[in-house]
Amino acid sequence: MNSAILVFPGINRERDMARALTLITGHAPAMVWHAETELPPGTDLVVLPGGFSYGDYLRCGAIAARAPVMDAVHRFAEGGGLVLGVCNGFQILCEAGLLPGVLMRNAGLKFICRDVHLRVERSDTPFTRGYNAGQVIRVPVAHGEGNFVADDDTVRRLEGEGRVLYRYCSATGEVADDHNINGAAASIAGIVNARGNVLGMMPHPENHVEAVMGPTDGRGLFAGLVDHLGRAA
Amino acid sequence: MKARVTVTLKSGILDPQGKAIEGALKSLGVDGVASVRQGKVFDIELAGGDRARAEALLKEAADKLLANTVIENYRVEVVG
Repeated sequence: MNSAILVFPGINRERDMARALTLITGHAPAMVWHAETELPPGTDLVVLPGGFSYGDYLRCGAIAARAPVMDAVHRFAEGGGLVLGVCNGFQILCEAGLLPGVLMRNAGLKFICRDVHLRVERSDTPFTRGYNAGQVIRVPVAHGEGNFVADDDTVRRLEGEGRVLYRYCSATGEVADDHNINGAAASIAGIVNARGNVLGMMPHPENHVEAVMGPTDGRGLFAGLVDHLGRAA
Repeated sequence: MKARVTVTLKSGILDPQGKAIEGALKSLGVDGVASVRQGKVFDIELAGGDRARAEALLKEAADKLLANTVIENYRVEVVG
């Protein structure tokens, strides 16, 4: 699996992502600078990592979403290529119009940096096939603006089309306001586009892939992508 | 030519920052504040002198970058 990680000024999770991808896919990803206008030939997966692109100026992800490399990402996604945005990457994908909605300031106003539980809503997608539907995974979050907001019609459409892949929940998988860490609509932690090839999520699966970090629940996401691409090939 | 673009949150969008400011004003004893919504103001210098063209350009700037129309409204003014 050939991955490309986009590098914007102010991003700080690109090396964590590269480490996780190298470990699980067996190939070091290409690091692609934001000013590039093409992705490396043969790219299977484009990753927009976490961080604070452009210092979160204007709105989180707003400037990065208009960077030169994003035209290539739009073309790649339109061609069915897999795109994963984590944290600031999710914010960038929303600002770029590749995903609906927007990530607002956490309802409780605090920056949240801790492990959370996520319920995997379905397993029949490239981004979740490494898990079972209903499985609860533990991964970290680190964000001040992860409160997913969209109009009621959009949220209804996301739910109706099964596009909510990850949801904040309790350790036993219960979805309730108490476990909705940032006030997100419908406890949404991760969604895909209508075609199902672009995922945005606030939590960081790339940080739970090695035993030295404790849980390794994040591995399933990447292993699932490898499996998906292996079958497609 | 000078212009101003004002970006505000649409009604119904939760504004935790505005709420925090509202709470701070109340705790400072500033009486009579019913609610606060936070927005942004962009003061922009334009190169040309054509007013109609300026308004079109500002609208383009707001649509493409300054506002996220999923959650925000904007107003453009050429102030002379």
